[in-house]
Amino acid sequence: MSLRIVVTVKYVPDATGDRHFADDLTVDRDDVDGLLSELDEYAVEQALQIADDADDAEITVLTVGPEDAKDALRKALSMGADKAIHVEDDDLHGTDAIGTSLVLAKAIEKAGYDLVISGMASTDGTAGIVPALLAERLGVPQVTLLSEVSVEDGVVKGRRDGDSASEQLEASLPAVVSVTDQSGEARYPSFKGIMAAKKKPVESWDLEDLEIEADEVGLEGAWTKVDSATERPARTAGTIVKDEGEGGKQLAEFLAGQKFI
Amino acid sequence: MAEVLVYVDHVDGAVRKPTLELLTLARRIGEPVAVALGSGAEATAPALAEHGAVKVLTHDAAEYADYLVVPKVDALQAAYEVVSAGGSLAAVLVPSSAEGKEIAARLAVRIGSGIITDATDLEAGDEGPVATQSAFAASFTTKSRVAKGTPVITVKPNSAAVEAAPAAGAVEALAVSFSEKATGTKVTARTPRESTGRPELTEAAIVVSGGRGVNGAENFSIIEALADSLGAAVGASRAAVDAGWYPHTNQVGQTGKSVSPQLYIASGISGAIQHRAGMQTSKTIVAINKDAEAPIFDLVDYGVVGDLFEVVPQLTEEIKTRKG
Ligand SMILES: Cc1cc2nc3c(=O)[nH]c(=O)nc-3n(C[C@H](O)[C@H](O)[C@H](O)COP(=O)(O)OP(=O)(O)OC[C@H]3O[C@@H](n4cnc5c(N)ncnc54)[C@H](O)[C@@H]3O)c2cc1C
Ligand SMILES: Cc1cc2nc3c(=O)[nH]c(=O)nc-3n(C[C@H](O)[C@H](O)[C@H](O)COP(=O)(O)OP(=O)(O)OC[C@H]3O[C@@H](n4cnc5c(N)ncnc54)[C@H](O)[C@@H]3O)c2cc1C
Repeated sequence: MSLRIVVTVKYVPDATGDRHFADDLTVDRDDVDGLLSELDEYAVEQALQIADDADDAEITVLTVGPEDAKDALRKALSMGADKAIHVEDDDLHGTDAIGTSLVLAKAIEKAGYDLVISGMASTDGTAGIVPALLAERLGVPQVTLLSEVSVEDGVVKGRRDGDSASEQLEASLPAVVSVTDQSGEARYPSFKGIMAAKKKPVESWDLEDLEIEADEVGLEGAWTKVDSATERPARTAGTIVKDEGEGGKQLAEFLAGQKFI
Repeated sequence: MAEVLVYVDHVDGAVRKPTLELLTLARRIGEPVAVALGSGAEATAPALAEHGAVKVLTHDAAEYADYLVVPKVDALQAAYEVVSAGGSLAAVLVPSSAEGKEIAARLAVRIGSGIITDATDLEAGDEGPVATQSAFAASFTTKSRVAKGTPVITVKPNSAAVEAAPAAGAVEALAVSFSEKATGTKVTARTPRESTGRPELTEAAIVVSGGRGVNGAENFSIIEALADSLGAAVGASRAAVDAGWYPHTNQVGQTGKSVSPQLYIASGISGAIQHRAGMQTSKTIVAINKDAEAPIFDLVDYGVVGDLFEVVPQLTEEIKTRKG
């Protein structure tokens, strides 16, 4: 039996660009280049390793996002995923986390799955809640924030490094997994991989395909509302001194002045 | 007055500071009803009462420790049902830890509500509580609210100064029946982290961090000595963590902890966007770096261009002398 892995990948504005909000207070995607959220590369990597260890596995990468989000899918395909699903619909503009999880869950169910693998958080919203939301909606175990993961005989095992303890976790498939950036460096796509990706199938689904009403998602249907977004004022230039033997003492003087000592 | 459900983060009955901050914020929008689960749940009551909890709902069962997240969601949902049945529930507040966010998210789906994560402030508003969030590595500040259902909001540590406000804090047993899914993810082993005796990174008033410039695990003793002279927590950049010089649990940044102390001291850290994402909201920022062009200097209130191996020990000595 083939192991069906779905990897959720998000298309995000480049964190090194000048990220900002559009007039409707959603993320401005026009002014900054988008890319596959770097933290989802770790999810794709773990999917590839799990597939390597399985007798027979198929990796589908799934994104919910605008036209350009295909770039994120292409990158994941060039790393070695087998096929891709792009959920795209004008009515999705402005969808929040609860809405996104609804769309992803419906798409995952329609695609068929044994294992869902997500990143630990997106690099734009950075909420880190979508994997738990998916487990809740799909009604399957969540095995999240793993720094180590393996699948054997229909059981997923992993290590979760929390604040107060490191835990070993175990659940039966089907399950939702999320992996951290401690799970292992993601591979770079090879030239062969990039060429092969061009021929891999990318399916496009819209809300109708997923039997979701427009008013359940998008800015209008969102469960949350952003009222304002203001740019943080640039920090007023601080004092910068060059150490000429007294740098530590000068700094102590500053800290004392601020009542830290 | 409307009630506000506050999820309690505690270790064997010792309430963690972010929960006391939550109680302070909760009082701005209603009367806090606390939910404490697991071993030592009842022992949390005095501290919670002292900080404004009118009621403390408690429940203990082995499931909370033996299975991941879902048992706690079941319990919080039970508390939600009890309290919302009794009248008006203004919000559910949960500390923004990794687990806290997952609990809050699952509860939000179950009760048909929106969720706001990582709020850094909370106020009462005409259309329900208004949360402040910081976006894009803290380069933007947003104000948002939940538009559907009972607002579920997770709040970051250090978002409010803890204020005492004695209240009844009457302990009530919460009736919880676990869902079928509660035992889906088993915790098969747990290795507690050893305490360093230093303050918890996300809760500390002062954080002293080292980066690639520290150049070796053994040299982190210089950073630790400075931290100890200030009673501070120790942080590290991902470069230092990836090199194996310091534990990942101490990483500050996008994929590590996000900290918001009164004072943040960065030594040998360049100030990459992913590091800034975790410390940019610190009140006072200080950096020591030998490269005058390092981007971290754009953020600082005070910067020393110099070799950390010279500057940091001198600073530590001077602090010790001044403190006598
Ligand atoms: C600055 C900012 C703050 C926000 N705050 C909130 C908020 O408080 N509440 C709220 O409801 N929404 C919020 N949003 C919207 C939210 O980020 C998006 O709805 C998003 O698609 C889901 O949340 P996330 O990006 O934080 O994902 P996370 O939960 O951080 O992502 C975890 C993983 O889920 C998967 N994933 C997430 N989104 C997608 C997608 N579109 N396609 C495929 N896989 C995906 C990826 O595997 C990812 O690694 C915010 C957005 C921004 C930009
Ligand atoms: C998806 C993703 C997530 C990430 N998450 C994080 C995160 O959570 N946290 C994080 O920190 N990074 C994170 N990073 C990595 C980040 O991009 C940087 O690589 C990292 O922060 C660099 O660490 P650094 O400043 O210690 O090292 P460098 O950038 O190498 O800087 C070292 C600095 O030390 C100075 N220096 C050297 N020697 C001395 C000396 N003797 N005295 C004084 N100064 C000296 C140098 O001038 C230099 O400025 C992430 C990256 C990605 C892609």
